[in-house]
Amino acid sequence: MEEKLVSLPEAIRAHVSDGDCVVLGACLEAAIPFAATYEIIRQGKRGLDVAAPISDTSSDLLIGAGCVGQVTGAWVGNVSSGLGHNYRRAVEHGEPHALKIRDHSNLSFGMALLAAAYGMPYAPVRTLLGSDILTSNPEFRLAENPFSNGGEKTVLVPPLAPDVTILCVQRADVFGNCHFWGSSGVAAEAALAATSVVLLADEVVPPEVIASDPSRVLVPGYRVSAVCHVPAACHPAPMTGRWQRDSAFFDDYHKRTRERGGFLAWLDEWVLGLEDHDAYRTKLGASLEDLRIKGEALSAPANYAAH
Amino acid sequence: MADYSTQELMIVAAAREIRDGEVIFVGMRLPIAAFGVARLTHAPNAVGLFECGIARYEPSAETLYTMADPANQLGAAWATGLLPMMTQLPAGRVDAGFIGGAEIDRFGNINTSYIGDFKAPKVKLPGSGGAADIAASAKRLLAIMNHEKRRLVERVGYITSPGFLDGGDGREKAGLVRGGPAAVITDRAILRPLGDSRELHLTSVHPGHSVEEIREHTGWALKTAPRVDETPPPSPAELDALHRVDHEGHWR
Repeated sequence: MEEKLVSLPEAIRAHVSDGDCVVLGACLEAAIPFAATYEIIRQGKRGLDVAAPISDTSSDLLIGAGCVGQVTGAWVGNVSSGLGHNYRRAVEHGEPHALKIRDHSNLSFGMALLAAAYGMPYAPVRTLLGSDILTSNPEFRLAENPFSNGGEKTVLVPPLAPDVTILCVQRADVFGNCHFWGSSGVAAEAALAATSVVLLADEVVPPEVIASDPSRVLVPGYRVSAVCHVPAACHPAPMTGRWQRDSAFFDDYHKRTRERGGFLAWLDEWVLGLEDHDAYRTKLGASLEDLRIKGEALSAPANYAAH
Repeated sequence: MADYSTQELMIVAAAREIRDGEVIFVGMRLPIAAFGVARLTHAPNAVGLFECGIARYEPSAETLYTMADPANQLGAAWATGLLPMMTQLPAGRVDAGFIGGAEIDRFGNINTSYIGDFKAPKVKLPGSGGAADIAASAKRLLAIMNHEKRRLVERVGYITSPGFLDGGDGREKAGLVRGGPAAVITDRAILRPLGDSRELHLTSVHPGHSVEEIREHTGWALKTAPRVDETPPPSPAELDALHRVDHEGHWR
């Protein structure tokens, strides 16, 4: 198998193009690949369709930086602090420019990825009935369940196949085999549905480490396009067993981005004025070290012996 | 001066909605504390689900900022994906779910998406998250809101999460096979759907509040139930449980 270890800027240059549908933040509030969000902004990508159920402030950041043409998902804001100021400015005032919104619920979004991942023509669901999401997003179809007696109403969700899914994982080998643990949101479906998968590994380990526990593999290496070794790529989001959430950082972002000018200053300070994620980690300094999970609550080993 | 805060009363009122052995979609903030209080008092076998992909018996020992925080992963009953968790809703396996919202109307429809026309909204709210799914398919919907005239409105402009829609058999007509709002817990009162119309009625007034004041802060002509109770203040056992759940005193 070919080695896929590249730098994050190389991976973004190679796998994210203007206008692409990009999944960043498939695990909802945890393991959001903020380092990739920042690099996409530095490279000035435009017209992206950002797809995520809930991606905390990652989508708000990309919208404010002018990278987004469309939002496909269930929720955009700041999970612990409230509304997303850039999202509001874009939708309410067209600043920095107008956005298209493809409204979903969490379940319909997950089912859209599932349909693409499993090669299904659509996913029939019993959710969204009675919701105006069916009005504001005309892509859904209302149908009768052909297997019901009384014309049971069913919503048909079209497949969603992202151009690229970018995931943070605790550990990966250079071939793109990886382990992920903790709640995973729609990460598995988003990976299997995507044309390309880019992994941001907190740690790069020998292949035998991953091979020792294949049940913990989120997506196998043969479906992965690139692996980047980026410690704390999820900051300020948390990652099970690795990093606590930097809630003060989210709160600071919320306060400083109320006005467009404040956001631009924040962006200069934390993204555009820093060369890469190494510089970002250096700027965080001791506060990042405080967030590192140092305790141990190890799972019991699982025996895979054949004889 | 009461020995509990308004938020503590809301948490205890929410906890009382959880029955023993039930499977509950929890959500953040007040409902997490309510789930913890219920487990420590009358519902020791309740199970809590979180949309990121977590099921728990015991609530986390630490204050959470998000449901996917490491403290919510540690000691979970199940850490999986969003779909295995959220598909339990349409499968009919979820007894009740909590949601908040910017706006709720007299039939319990909730808006967390757009204020004003969705094509040119006055305010863009964050959106559904999992709320629309919980409202569609949990057996009972439990809403927690601040009781203000601009939040409790005659008719929401956009239904993110369906309540009883136009009232009556609105849910059945829309194809929803179960569920609907069971209680709306506010900082002043508890409202419940009554009668064939399923319109929200005032059923319980929190201590220190009056029917007139509550009507004044409601955006429709709020009807009262045949019998309006006073919300019982937290019992010593409930307060003790709450203090154990909220050891940092966040809700005091």
